[in-house]
Amino acid sequence: MIDLIILISLLALGFGFGQYRENQHYKSIIKRESALRNIPAIASRHLPTEFTPCTTQLVCGNVVISIDFFKQFVSGLRTLVGGRVSSYETLIDRARREALLRMKEQAATHGASHVLNIKMETSSISKGQRNSIGSVEVLAYGTAIISEG
Amino acid sequence: MILTNLESIPGKTITQHLGLVQGSTVRAKHAGRDIMAGLKNIFGGELEAYTELLQESREEAISRMVEQAQSIGANAILNIRFSTSSITQGASELFTYGTAVKLN
Repeated sequence: MIDLIILISLLALGFGFGQYRENQHYKSIIKRESALRNIPAIASRHLPTEFTPCTTQLVCGNVVISIDFFKQFVSGLRTLVGGRVSSYETLIDRARREALLRMKEQAATHGASHVLNIKMETSSISKGQRNSIGSVEVLAYGTAIISEG
Repeated sequence: MILTNLESIPGKTITQHLGLVQGSTVRAKHAGRDIMAGLKNIFGGELEAYTELLQESREEAISRMVEQAQSIGANAILNIRFSTSSITQGASELFTYGTAVKLN
């Protein structure tokens, strides 16, 4: 009985806080994305000729985001029937956008006009561990182009 | 030392290719941080301690790669890639590699 109460209160805490924090995070992501829209991130490997002369700088941004207890529980249930695990989809989406934003913020401090050759890397940092923490790390990196003159 | 993940540096020509250089570091997180992360796991959200730890380790991997490049007389590293792998419980390896070149 006690176990059930603990489980339910953890689920409620996870649902309440998790949902609140996710909404806050999305709000801040959307706000910062529109502020940094003047620095386009381009996946092209080659430098367009109109940018030269310029200097380059390697920039990267990383973030580790953890899932909340409620979503972890729900995704556990989802694995019984299969299908889309939407609770993890939003987690990864937030992590990717946040990592890109941090990279762009770093580029902005160098006064860059574009960021080229974006690469993204995702890894789960506590894989294969019992009682593992459901968290994901995303690293985004690229080359910032700083125009001269 | 110029670091980039493009294949060339605009406005400069490569005079000599010096081959692959790499740097890696294996880091474990300490228990205190792990307990805090366990708490965060109920509420969700960013694990700042881990973000910081991984960033520091990646910087170390880069500095090792730069050291190696300097020792063979390179002045730039092109086409840099990062990679992460978890080798054992609670430890992860951060690896970075690139092509060392001499630019004029």
